[in-house]
Amino acid sequence: MKKATKLLALLAALVVLVGAFAACTNDGGGTSSGTTSGGDTSGGDTPSGELHMSVNLASEPETIDPALNSAVDGAVMAHHFFEGLFKWVDDGSGLADGTGNAKLELGQAASYDKSIESDGSVIYTFILRDDILWSDGEPVTAYDFEYALKRLANPATAAYYASIIEGVIKNASAIRSPDNPDDDPEEWTFENAADPDSLGVTALDEKTLEIILENECAYFTELLAFPPLFPMRQDTIEANGDLWTYDPATFITNGPYKMEAWEHNSYIHTVKNEHYYDYENLGPESIRYVLMDDQNAMLAGFRSGELDFIEDVPIDEIPALLDANELHVLEYIGTYYLSFNVQAAPFDDARVREAFTLAIDRNHIVENITRTGQVPADGFVPYGIADADPAGDDFRTVGGQWYSVDPADYEANCERARELLAEAGYPDGEGFPAVEYMYNTSDAHRAVGEAMQADWLRELGVNVSLNNQDWNTFLQTRKNGDFQIARDGWISDFNDPISFLDMYVSGSGNNNAQLRSQEFDGYINASRAATDPAERMEILHDAEKFMQDGYIVGPIYYYTNKYMLNDNIDGLYYTPLGYFLFDYCHYK
Amino acid sequence: MIKYIIKRVVMGLVALFVVSILTFFLMNLVPGGPFMSEKPPSPAVQAMMEEKYGLNKPLTEQYVTWLTDLLKGDFGVSYRMQKNRPVLTIIKEMFPTSAKVGAIAMGWAIVAGIALGCVAAYKRGKLTDSILRVVTTSGVALPTFVTASILLVVFAGGVWNILPSIVGTSSSWKAYILPCFTLGLNPMCNIARYTRSAMLDSLGQDYIRTAYAKGLATPFIIFKHALRNALIPVVSYVGPLIAGILSGGFVVETVFNVPGLGRYFVQSINNRDYPIIMGTTIFLSAFVIAMNLIVDILYRVIDPRIDLSKGVE
Repeated sequence: MKKATKLLALLAALVVLVGAFAACTNDGGGTSSGTTSGGDTSGGDTPSGELHMSVNLASEPETIDPALNSAVDGAVMAHHFFEGLFKWVDDGSGLADGTGNAKLELGQAASYDKSIESDGSVIYTFILRDDILWSDGEPVTAYDFEYALKRLANPATAAYYASIIEGVIKNASAIRSPDNPDDDPEEWTFENAADPDSLGVTALDEKTLEIILENECAYFTELLAFPPLFPMRQDTIEANGDLWTYDPATFITNGPYKMEAWEHNSYIHTVKNEHYYDYENLGPESIRYVLMDDQNAMLAGFRSGELDFIEDVPIDEIPALLDANELHVLEYIGTYYLSFNVQAAPFDDARVREAFTLAIDRNHIVENITRTGQVPADGFVPYGIADADPAGDDFRTVGGQWYSVDPADYEANCERARELLAEAGYPDGEGFPAVEYMYNTSDAHRAVGEAMQADWLRELGVNVSLNNQDWNTFLQTRKNGDFQIARDGWISDFNDPISFLDMYVSGSGNNNAQLRSQEFDGYINASRAATDPAERMEILHDAEKFMQDGYIVGPIYYYTNKYMLNDNIDGLYYTPLGYFLFDYCHYK
Repeated sequence: MIKYIIKRVVMGLVALFVVSILTFFLMNLVPGGPFMSEKPPSPAVQAMMEEKYGLNKPLTEQYVTWLTDLLKGDFGVSYRMQKNRPVLTIIKEMFPTSAKVGAIAMGWAIVAGIALGCVAAYKRGKLTDSILRVVTTSGVALPTFVTASILLVVFAGGVWNILPSIVGTSSSWKAYILPCFTLGLNPMCNIARYTRSAMLDSLGQDYIRTAYAKGLATPFIIFKHALRNALIPVVSYVGPLIAGILSGGFVVETVFNVPGLGRYFVQSINNRDYPIIMGTTIFLSAFVIAMNLIVDILYRVIDPRIDLSKGVE
């Protein structure tokens, strides 16, 4: 009987331990030891030879159709899958911490001509390279660009980013103007709008593309390196409809990498495109975008060597990772700010908005809460966006500070804030109504909210409650103006202040502050009509000055981007618009 | 028996119908929508998308359309997460992954849970029993995300780097160890506890004493006589759980990046991808209902004394 008991106990123990045993035994092959070439841990573990990179940008992208994409992760993938007339290249200055190291160069275009007509319109004529091919071996032609741009402009495509060519490429605005814009949007039709074929883009022959602009546009060449303006293949899109992006056989691309597999919610695997003109010099044999949404899992994946690159880590880990010089910080053209609902009391009073903005201790927030090199914001449009003279001071520097962010001046700012609040009828916060700060659910946003809550109570005597909503609900709340103060943020799409300012025209989908100002709309319209770059910048400064005088928004800090890269890998480059480029990465 | 099964199937269909109505209208009550984005479409584009997917029609009409399509086997297409891909294709891709992880987790939980429960019962009051009680109680108390995080730190890079942490990208069977262990730990501990108390009951019965008196060997008594009766409460715990585990644990799938249906379901709610929410809800509900029916039939196989038809009336 005793023997039988032992047997039973042994059986139970065996069952429990089998997992642990399996865990501890190597399968004989090269198991990972610290860093690997990425992907499966059973790969070779010496950092030399062929590089197979595993990177995590975000979770599953909504779409990888460059025209329909509106997210940074989708744009990064688009930059590897496709190539526009211009492209970003490594400027050779290296990347660890600090500024981006990408510069703009001709991509699919070999050369171009530019002529300015007497009516102010501008004609660009691009000659395409001779050696450009699609991933199926067909030549890339000017017709592919014409098709892609007309598809983008066509309202039926429902491309979120089509608005960026409005007022830029000839006729884009006319094509995209609904018949009765003042009525209920649900009633809008485009029946009387201009034909998408009338867009000012024409393929003169297989290799010559003509693009006509309404006016001179300082950032046009940069736009040509922006995913929605990349060329596309009419045959595959028309044959496969919206599903063309899901299958490697139909996702025909012209960039350095092509899709080999897409395991949904898991990874997108890409390999070097043998038809790409610079195939010989490309870096990684393969780039695998691992699709993840948990920050702890991202860091664990990086630590275990399954990921070579991550952009996000748990907020609590940041200080330790920075100290260890594992996490790197880069500039990012974006602003984290408050949107005040300017239509509803008490924030319909500019003095109240200014008081709330001045009383925020930004240095405390960036030093103790966000802690990844963010810069206290002293204006809405961030640093790094070019002014009329691209070589001179940037837009922010020319526009000047809205207020001082020197820690020494904080007390004076608060003094001024108290005066303003008293002028508005709330001395020492007396009689101030109950107000609420709304943010989307996240530890980081809550921490910033709590810091401001304390500032407003201490400096202004005003009690502000905090409330949060899930992301999708929050977007709706903010868009509808069902808030008093809301968290807001904006990353620039291209290097021009209009990317920030045109959000606040009446009726814009991003006009969270609910601003309805003919004066402001007038500035934006005038800037679109201006033909002289200096004059145009002047108008945009007026527009920002309008926002400053009215404190339509309360700037908090300028974003930074962060990343962790496998120590053995070099050759990463980055544009301050948030695009990391891996196509020339290699082992050190 | 046949009559009983038919009755249960009909009841299941009614339940599905109610679930679909509730889900559909609750989902539409929640603010936000499938086209919400930080860089939102212009009102005109939004109106066109709503037109395209019929979202500008009254809710009841939308529901009737959805239901009619469903009866024809059409679950609709995703609005957002895998734009315009058929929902059924997505479910067919994601569910097997969840089911695979769930089946392995359930498998080890049942085998180890019953074995440990038997040992604890047999060694009642001894040190082995006490140790097992501490282990199983901790296992029940630990939330899945804590277990998952500890395992990640210990086995995937923090202390040792011996196991993959990302299931989706790995072709190695070893990638399944951590998620399956995590997912099965809590059920295993519960099963061990249930088995222990049921076994104690069983071991005190007269027929066990008779078996010992006949001089039968202990393993034979435990497995042949005691365990069979002790299994009934375990089955009633495991039955409903199977459907839940096989359809995917959200936490485990998120932390270990398992491309399964459980995680996708939660993502679809965050994205307000209505057809995916509806499709996965109906699919998972149908699965739970079917599994419960199968478990009820299994009861009868284990214990012929249970009369299924009476249980319903």
